[in-house]
Amino acid sequence: MTAAAEDPLAAPAPVETPTAPGEPLLVADGVTVRFHTRNGVVRAVEDVSLELREGEVLAVVGESGSGKTVFTRRVMGLVSGGRGTEVGGTVTFGGTDLTALSSTELSRIWGAEIALILQDPMTSLNPVKRIGAQITESILLHRRVSKAEATKRAIELLRSVGLSEPERRIRQYPHELSGGMRQRVTIAIALSCDPRLLLADEPTTALDVTVQAQILDLLADLQARLGMSMLLVTHDLRVVRSRSHRIAVMYAGRIVETAPTSTLFANPLMPYTEALMNAVPPVAGPNHVRLQVIPGRPPNLIRPPAGCKFSPRCPYAQDRCLTEEPPLRDAEPSPLSEPSRRSPSAAPELHQYRCWFPVGSPAWAEAKARNVERGSSAAGTPVTEEMVLT
Amino acid sequence: MTPQKTAPAPAEPDTVPDDDVVLRLEDLVVEFRAGNGATVHAVSGISLEVRRGETLGLVGESGCGKSTTGRAIMQLPRPTSGSVVFEGRDLATMSGEELRRVRPKLQMIFQDPISSLNPRRRIPDIVGDPLVVWGRGDQRAKVVPEVLEAVGLDPAQVADRRPHQFSGGQCQRVSIARALVLDPEVLICDEPVSALDVSVQAQILNLLEDMKARYGLTLLFIAHDLGVVRNISDRVAVMYLGRICELGETRALFDTPVHPYTRLLVSSIPSMQDVADLEQVDRGGGEMPSPMDPPSGCRFRTRCPLATERCADETPLMREVLPGRFTACHHPILDHAGLDHTGEDVGANAADEHTALPPDGRPGKEDA
Repeated sequence: MTAAAEDPLAAPAPVETPTAPGEPLLVADGVTVRFHTRNGVVRAVEDVSLELREGEVLAVVGESGSGKTVFTRRVMGLVSGGRGTEVGGTVTFGGTDLTALSSTELSRIWGAEIALILQDPMTSLNPVKRIGAQITESILLHRRVSKAEATKRAIELLRSVGLSEPERRIRQYPHELSGGMRQRVTIAIALSCDPRLLLADEPTTALDVTVQAQILDLLADLQARLGMSMLLVTHDLRVVRSRSHRIAVMYAGRIVETAPTSTLFANPLMPYTEALMNAVPPVAGPNHVRLQVIPGRPPNLIRPPAGCKFSPRCPYAQDRCLTEEPPLRDAEPSPLSEPSRRSPSAAPELHQYRCWFPVGSPAWAEAKARNVERGSSAAGTPVTEEMVLT
Repeated sequence: MTPQKTAPAPAEPDTVPDDDVVLRLEDLVVEFRAGNGATVHAVSGISLEVRRGETLGLVGESGCGKSTTGRAIMQLPRPTSGSVVFEGRDLATMSGEELRRVRPKLQMIFQDPISSLNPRRRIPDIVGDPLVVWGRGDQRAKVVPEVLEAVGLDPAQVADRRPHQFSGGQCQRVSIARALVLDPEVLICDEPVSALDVSVQAQILNLLEDMKARYGLTLLFIAHDLGVVRNISDRVAVMYLGRICELGETRALFDTPVHPYTRLLVSSIPSMQDVADLEQVDRGGGEMPSPMDPPSGCRFRTRCPLATERCADETPLMREVLPGRFTACHHPILDHAGLDHTGEDVGANAADEHTALPPDGRPGKEDA
């Protein structure tokens, strides 16, 4: 990373020589997942559409219960219809509709084309199998190679993910490794067959901060070197800031905003996105800063609020927000995002948001002034200064 | 500067502490016996002073002994050696009964707010219990609603509720209320927001600041999230593998870390700000060694880019390298030209910033 960091908007191309993001590799169209439970229908994912292009890193950001993990599992084909689960929409990978495949057909894609890294490296490894066997398993399954060759490949992989003494490691069991080392092993397994798409669901949440930085660096480096596409799922906006091309923010099972990473940070339009950014303590400037508070908590997905799902917590909410759910619509080109910063690809620099009163617009300023004056939002949530710091 | 207040050398055990110091740890050691005859060196001789009215942050990665330190202060369990002097008296040598009398002044809140509340009891009972224990049950009707309101819960609304009916954030409010009901001097917060969603974290962090002001608390804030610690603390102590490696005023410590480990930590913070790069810091591939077999000398040396033979032979002692800044390192980084993550011209300002601190090293609240 170079001098480009001086320019405040010059954040974050994670890839030094971008593998020009090209054709959509993964297209999720109207993905919906509902779980029928005793208490009612949990609407975990509602009509989520996303495109991930070749060589692109797309971050899906959301709090617990936002549907990001269920969405990822649906993409992977790990959540399917039946037995109380209702699914809708399609997931197309390289032209193939994954949702139409049988599990036998899917298993040819799993590991070979699409690989998954999960949050907890302890539970995603088999505790009674040696590391080496766990890596060679998928190589032997998907590639026509001898055991010796597979082992050689396993050693190379462990070395490439930065594990010391790989020859010794392949004889070890998961419990002999630390959390960070285990996560490196799961990454090695994920990469064993050169997948075109890597799904990483909270890959660093269980790790310490210095190890987290190492693993994120490693993923960014591997992604760039191998030209993989990556879907990076996280609850922490901070970790994807310098490590993604685009971000999709999820709330209550929906995408509420999606934009190129630098645009999203420079010009968030959905109040939830803005609030998420301001709720995190800053790492520069004065301390004892009053944090912007988002009142309440994420909605119950069995009985989500009518209208905009964020409206009960939104300091700018007006009557319309309570009754009418805003559609995902295109943003006006922002004066803040310089064209020169845009990706060279022909793909549109889509910035979409779901809000009747997008942050920064005249309508928003009016809504804010009205709520501050009456001391509450249309939903009856008291609006305090803490909520409208910006 | 008032060096006598922050002198790292353990004072005589019977010294009366300065009014300013509410809690003093002296050469605190906590060891646990592991199954196979090995010893876990969880905390290996830390000395620390917590000043009245300050928030002292204790940061470090998992396994560094920060939570053990918090619990050792509460004598849960009692430390292996060393002393914990609270208001002039050593808790570590007190009898159980004496300790019981002191404990109301030291309260603690924990990471998992739901499992730290009894699921079968109603909220007002949970919060009022400490009063009953202390024979002040008759004050419950007055004090409990007051405290509940202070932490942002409606007393009427929670009257019949039990913990499972609340979210994590609300349960943490209940925990805070329970800790405050006896009007403590010191509140030890062990990872109080790590289990909460980002949007809820901010509520609790702001609440802790409010409660600190309202109840005149001193906070020991233990957490691994550096951004959180940076924002709430007046001073910060950084722990690594059972020892403190750096201690200083918060902003100065984050802006110009002197210990190589602090520098590694700070450079690992996922940044919300513009990413002025800290990439020049070599993060290495290392992780914390096992506390059952810590390295000799400086415990960070196995990961430290600056380590020399001396670091293996000789344990570095805490010393003041900049005004108000203590570090245990043979090779502290005192030239910070290359480590500017504030976007300001640090080269010249770094020194100013230290000298510009108020004499007690404790700046007042700055307006955002």
